Amino acid sequence: MARKRKIATCSLAGCFGCHMSLLDTDERLLELLELADFDRSPINDIKEIRGMVDIGLIEGGVCNVENVHLLHHFRDHCRVLVSMGECAITGGIPSMRNHHTLKACLEESYIRGVGVENAHIPDDPELPLLLNKVYPLHEVVQVDYHVPGCPPSADTLWHVLSALVTGRDPRLPTTLLRYD
Amino acid sequence: MVREEPHPAMDPVREILEMHERDLGELLQVLIEVQHALHCVPDEAVALISDHLRVTRGHIRGVIGFYSFLSDTYLGEYVVYISDNITDRMLGSDGLAIYLCNRLGVTLGKTRADGRASVHFTSCTGMCDQGPAALVNGLPLTRLTRVRMDEIAKLINARTPVDQWPAEYFRVEDNFRRSDVMFRRTPEPGAALKAAMRRGGDETLKDIQYEEAVDPSSGHAWRRGADETLKELYRSDLRGRGGAGFKAAIKWETCRDISAPERYVVCNADEGEPGTFKDRVLLTSYTDMVFEGMTLCGYVVGSSRGILYIRQEYWYLRPHLEAVLARRRDSALLGRNILGTGFAFDIDIHWGAGAYICGMESALIESLEGRRGKPRKRWPLPVVAGLNNRPTVVNNVETFAAAAMIALKGGAWFAGHGTTHSSGTKLFCVSGDCDRPGIYEYPFGVSVREVLRDCGGLEAQAVQISGPSGTTITRLEFDRILAFEDLSTVGTFMVFGPTRDMFDVVRNFTHFFRHESCGLCTPCRVGTSLLASLVDKVAAGKGSPMDVEQVQKISQIMKTTAHCGLGQTAPNHLLDSLVKFRGDWDKRMVTTEFVPAFDLDAALGEARALTGRDDALAHL
Repeated sequence: MARKRKIATCSLAGCFGCHMSLLDTDERLLELLELADFDRSPINDIKEIRGMVDIGLIEGGVCNVENVHLLHHFRDHCRVLVSMGECAITGGIPSMRNHHTLKACLEESYIRGVGVENAHIPDDPELPLLLNKVYPLHEVVQVDYHVPGCPPSADTLWHVLSALVTGRDPRLPTTLLRYD
Repeated sequence: MVREEPHPAMDPVREILEMHERDLGELLQVLIEVQHALHCVPDEAVALISDHLRVTRGHIRGVIGFYSFLSDTYLGEYVVYISDNITDRMLGSDGLAIYLCNRLGVTLGKTRADGRASVHFTSCTGMCDQGPAALVNGLPLTRLTRVRMDEIAKLINARTPVDQWPAEYFRVEDNFRRSDVMFRRTPEPGAALKAAMRRGGDETLKDIQYEEAVDPSSGHAWRRGADETLKELYRSDLRGRGGAGFKAAIKWETCRDISAPERYVVCNADEGEPGTFKDRVLLTSYTDMVFEGMTLCGYVVGSSRGILYIRQEYWYLRPHLEAVLARRRDSALLGRNILGTGFAFDIDIHWGAGAYICGMESALIESLEGRRGKPRKRWPLPVVAGLNNRPTVVNNVETFAAAAMIALKGGAWFAGHGTTHSSGTKLFCVSGDCDRPGIYEYPFGVSVREVLRDCGGLEAQAVQISGPSGTTITRLEFDRILAFEDLSTVGTFMVFGPTRDMFDVVRNFTHFFRHESCGLCTPCRVGTSLLASLVDKVAAGKGSPMDVEQVQKISQIMKTTAHCGLGQTAPNHLLDSLVKFRGDWDKRMVTTEFVPAFDLDAALGEARALTGRDDALAHL
């Protein structure tokens, strides 16, 4: 029998919608677990990848220092890296702030916001510093596959994951790329 | 009801509107004239135009946004556009642009605070054989130097009106270096038309009853003349000179045979392909031949309306073109009663406003109809349903000139020149690194080497055939021939000397396409932009083999899925370059690892400044 594959997942500047969609694969997850184990993932609350994993699935774009570190950690420890969903591929909704300066965004929230008291831009060293823009993953590291959708449907994710763990071509059929 | 608004500054707009019919097709012409008068199209003008032409303000703003030479913000008393073709760049145009900006104290693309001037880049202005070139308030400046830029800056700072600037600045040469059988001697105006009509018999031009004569079933000599002329066109095997090479006779016959209340003859003088300037020369010195070819087409297909769609870079030709049209009307070669036969045909001039895509025939028609120049779907073809959904012949300037000569000298004469599948001669626009840039006429089938020998460019390491959308060829291929059988071309021939870095050429071309993509389809709109960013990334020394792979992937997607020829051909030069000039890419690839195009740590700079943090965690 083939070696069991290892999968790691994480969410950067995303909404966890892609992960919900992953859970939507329902009983197929049990089938997947026959072929692969989950390493670091919000699903099992493991915090760090140990050793190398075969497949890394990342949801969300890159908006702050912490995202960059986690993305680098994944790139260094995943043989195949997959951008999962719109935010990972294009920056998505969070990247709407790219039309404004970071200053304008932060002032809108923390200085001029309704009901703000003791108005100042948060500067606690524990808070991850924001990047000037929200970037898609492939502008920061090399990405091997992109799975479109907001979120990608459970069928789409299943198609890609089951293909990758069994060594098939993960290309999506037209039926999974049509949205109308 | 027209709403009169008390804007005295808008008087010129009202005057312009009075000169135009209330027809959407007039929109672009109105906007161009307003832009020339006010150096912008302000909201008040949009409102007036909207009322006059009964078209929404949104539509008008959409049109303004589409064309490079229209602007909703004030560009200043003096508007300078520096031609940004690679041939201009090789002559130092980018340095000159910065130099002029410094002399004027302006930022590129921004109007000076006192409203005096602005400086911009624009796509090729068609003066590649006499660059570096620019436009000032619509007029072409040629052979620019630093000294000339100093003088220009002085004139602008002294508010000297452009019509009082030395004429030498605006001198445009034909540089017609070699003529073959077609452009040796210009025929008498009207000679081709008379020859065509006489093909039906000598009585054609005598005592004609026009109403009867035009009826195809009448078998009238006049009608017969048109049919015989079409046969000559078939015999000539003339193929379109705009690059695609569609047979002119098939197009004309198709147009003639479709039943319609009206049909049109459109001459495509948009000439946007960087490095092309033959239409400028034809419309300067062979104007009658072009108009005669159009009139002839009207005669053959049964049209009474011709339109010359010409790019605004050639605005300076306006008085000349209008004068030739007036003279032809006076000599009964245009108008209601051509050569006394009762045949009516006239030609209007329609100006473009800076959009490469409008050289594509269906985009050109959209533009004529007063819309953004977006290409239509491939079917029906314009010859079936073109302008106003009527059959429309759209041919290149050079094609009409050739048709006139064919009417005069016969199809067999024409077919006797050139190659089997490419009859006749072709004009080549030679520019770049050679001793004698200019226009060269050769029979089709001439080798690249022969052209290089004649223009003094044999040292070249490469030639770009047919512009950025064409083919890049290397020294090894100089014996290839210019003809539809091998290298098909609109006539552009840009020469690159041995010391040129071919990557700079690629970069210029990718930026050109990013700017000129019309935005209709995603593969082209996004693709041209991604390609330009990737090439910039490589130029900045951050490219890796992964980026090159990405360039190839995106190129393939564009070639197979873009809506029209622009997007399908935009990656050609990149793919050529990756095969033929890989060395110029590789020397920029310092890494095999993926590197972001931007500096991650610098991307935290704004947040560091806002929070005042500089701890270890505030850096990457």
